[in-house]
Amino acid sequence: MAAVTLLSTLNLSKRFGGLQAVDGVDFTFLEGEIRALIGPNGAGKTTFVNLLSGRIPPTEGRIVFAGEDVTRLPAHARVNRGIAYTFQITSIFAAMSALENVKLSAQRRLSKGVFGPDPELLERVAMSALERVGLADRHGEIAGNLSYGHQRLLEVALGLGLEPKLLILDEPTQGLTDQEIGVFVDLVREIARQASVLLIEHNMDVVMGLADSITVLDRGRILAQGAPDEIRRDEAVRRAYLGA
Amino acid sequence: MRSLRVNKAVTLHLGAIGVLFALQFVLPDYHHVNLARVMVLAGFAMAYNISFGYTGLLSLGHAMFFAAGLYAAGLMARFAGVGAEGGLILGVIAGLAMAVAVGLLALRTTGVSFMIVTLMFAQAAFLTIFYFGEYTRGDEGFIIPSGLRTLFGFSLVEPATRYLVALSLFALCVAVSHGIARSSVGRVLAAIRENEERTRMLGYNVFLYKLAALAISGAMSGAAGAAYGFLFGYVGATFASIQYSIFPLLWVLMGGAATVLGPFAGTLLMFYLVDISSAYTSANMLIVGLALIGLILFFPKGILGTIRERAAPWLP
Amino acid sequence: MDFGPYLLLATLEGAVGAAVLALTALGLALVFGVMRIVNVAHGAFFMLGAIIAWWVADRLGVGSALNFLAALIIAPLAVGAVAVVAERSVLRRLNYNPESTIVATIGLLYVIEQVALMTYGPDARPVVAPWDFRIQLPWFGYSGYKILVIGASIAILLAVWWGLTRTRIGLMMRATQFDSETARAFAIPVDLVYGGVFAFGAMLAAVGAVLVVPIQQAHYLMGTDPLLLSFIVVIVGGLGSLRGTVLAAVIIGLSDGIISVFFTPTLAKIIATLAVATILIVRPRGLFGTRPT
Repeated sequence: MAAVTLLSTLNLSKRFGGLQAVDGVDFTFLEGEIRALIGPNGAGKTTFVNLLSGRIPPTEGRIVFAGEDVTRLPAHARVNRGIAYTFQITSIFAAMSALENVKLSAQRRLSKGVFGPDPELLERVAMSALERVGLADRHGEIAGNLSYGHQRLLEVALGLGLEPKLLILDEPTQGLTDQEIGVFVDLVREIARQASVLLIEHNMDVVMGLADSITVLDRGRILAQGAPDEIRRDEAVRRAYLGA
Repeated sequence: MRSLRVNKAVTLHLGAIGVLFALQFVLPDYHHVNLARVMVLAGFAMAYNISFGYTGLLSLGHAMFFAAGLYAAGLMARFAGVGAEGGLILGVIAGLAMAVAVGLLALRTTGVSFMIVTLMFAQAAFLTIFYFGEYTRGDEGFIIPSGLRTLFGFSLVEPATRYLVALSLFALCVAVSHGIARSSVGRVLAAIRENEERTRMLGYNVFLYKLAALAISGAMSGAAGAAYGFLFGYVGATFASIQYSIFPLLWVLMGGAATVLGPFAGTLLMFYLVDISSAYTSANMLIVGLALIGLILFFPKGILGTIRERAAPWLP
Repeated sequence: MDFGPYLLLATLEGAVGAAVLALTALGLALVFGVMRIVNVAHGAFFMLGAIIAWWVADRLGVGSALNFLAALIIAPLAVGAVAVVAERSVLRRLNYNPESTIVATIGLLYVIEQVALMTYGPDARPVVAPWDFRIQLPWFGYSGYKILVIGASIAILLAVWWGLTRTRIGLMMRATQFDSETARAFAIPVDLVYGGVFAFGAMLAAVGAVLVVPIQQAHYLMGTDPLLLSFIVVIVGGLGSLRGTVLAAVIIGLSDGIISVFFTPTLAKIIATLAVATILIVRPRGLFGTRPT
């Protein structure tokens, strides 16, 4: 299969006052890959994905997604184009049931006109998203009462309900136990068969085990890019990051 | 299970409307008029509930939407001889237009700023009524001539017709609230109330949903205002004052935010609390103040909200 | 009267208004700045100060100067006490949630107003000015007391500024305003600071009211205008910024005084209200706002 570019950025920059958080990044992301975005704290990773998802506007540069310039599109419109973002700090609808949560993420896509989707179809789609993350038997539980690990999974299910082309996961394994991380890694692999995944991650075992390729950010710039093995051997990365 | 739940809710609402229908035959005159008044004001409260209860938009300026309906209907009756049919339609349009105009600006703010901005707009609307005192007669207000107070040939001065029209408006508001609460749009509104940023990142145009909620709320408020004018015959600036922005908040808090019948329960209870207390003191707003503090401290979910939490989770 | 002297008179009237407004608005701004809550009952505290001042002067009856002096001490203390009770029994229990506090302070506003109506009654009553000296200008005579109000207000503002920047209590308040979590970590009794700030804010309103009763009579509904004007001042001044608040109070108080001499007050108020709403929409931090975070 020929590699098709799904997303690219051109000279993407973001300045907060005197701080150049993202500095002229040219980034290319291929369809179907699992890409890890790593870098020391303050390297601009979260700012970078916030620019991609449209939560903050860039100071300079362009973003092209699936052949369309989305630089000026608001966040919700980018979600509709297929960019899904899961939050670093768990952000779910705590007072609703797990099933209601996923219904919210799926119903816009399934709606025809103003009348909303067929309730049975919606229920089926939402349940299948919960099944994929292994929460089907907890569908009736109030989301706020779920354990932390389960809430992280629900967060991913919200992403799946959108059926995105690109799923951005912001530090998904943070705070999970080793066993939960194992489940998570399998889940991401499974997701990657239908969607491309961009992953911000600190856990190097997860990164090396999952990613097809790795981009290293440092002080808002791309420091290195390549397959996990190359990155592991890269001197500059060692100095800036692994050795730090 | 799901359909059972829906049927229970529909039964409850139809039952409530049925009971109110039956009450007109047994109530003494005094309470007959009161209940008609409460039903119209409950329509206003249900309107407020759409934006505050379901969507989480705490406005302190809803009096301007009620007054928009009231004055659109009243002024057109006074100067153009428009009857209740046209007046009600004008009221809905006025409330809707005002809500859209205010929403386009005010919804750029959130939380405390939104509260203050709506308060300011309502205050400006209130003062505008005085500025055009030549036509509105300000505080003193004016009477809609009884000859114009007719709907499809029936006189609204007649208590029985008045009651039925109030009941119809009430039933319509219940239907709209019920429909929104049960719809997929209602689910999105609830999501915005709970976690606006997450809702946006699920691909919803949050601003548009909030504007729609405010527009529906404004249209319903306008309808209630116009109906109030034609049913009770009086139009005055009091209805545009800050008090009438606080009242629907109080009614909804008392009855239970985001419940369909809560606003009615709250309106009924507060109306009679104030009514009874004014027999003893001229300071009857004291009850309103104490109720606000007590509710927000001890019963932030209100009557029906507490019942739903403790006993009847199916309650709409 | 010619235009020049007329403008001078309008400016003087505006300056008196600005002096009182600065005190009242500063109280609201302190509460908002430190506690991050909007106190809708602020105008009610103002009114309460005026009514207690009348009551003290009426009961004491030891000559206008002493009456007034006693009122100037007793009324703010009494209002501060009421504010402390309200803060401890209601606001603290709401955990200072911004939206719940607004609802609760609306309730408080009604309670204070209605209790005033039940005890003080619906009449408007004056307090006699401490002295009736008149300053004779070439074109008109002007009340010496009004000049005293301006002076007193400036003195109090300076004292507050000194207290905030030069004392330990002021430091604790500023630390709490900056970041209440960190302040707590540095063993600052944040809870006490909140109680104190709320009371102090109310007392500033009461002082403003005592200064105003010899000019404007005490009435149970007199709190509405100061509340709305203080809102406007705090918003324009940049929510929580004290210097901005005082500056905005001077500008708005002066222009309010001048405008209401030359134009119809209703239209002026409509325009002012809409302008403030627009400022909040376009610049949520106010015109002079430079708040951190």
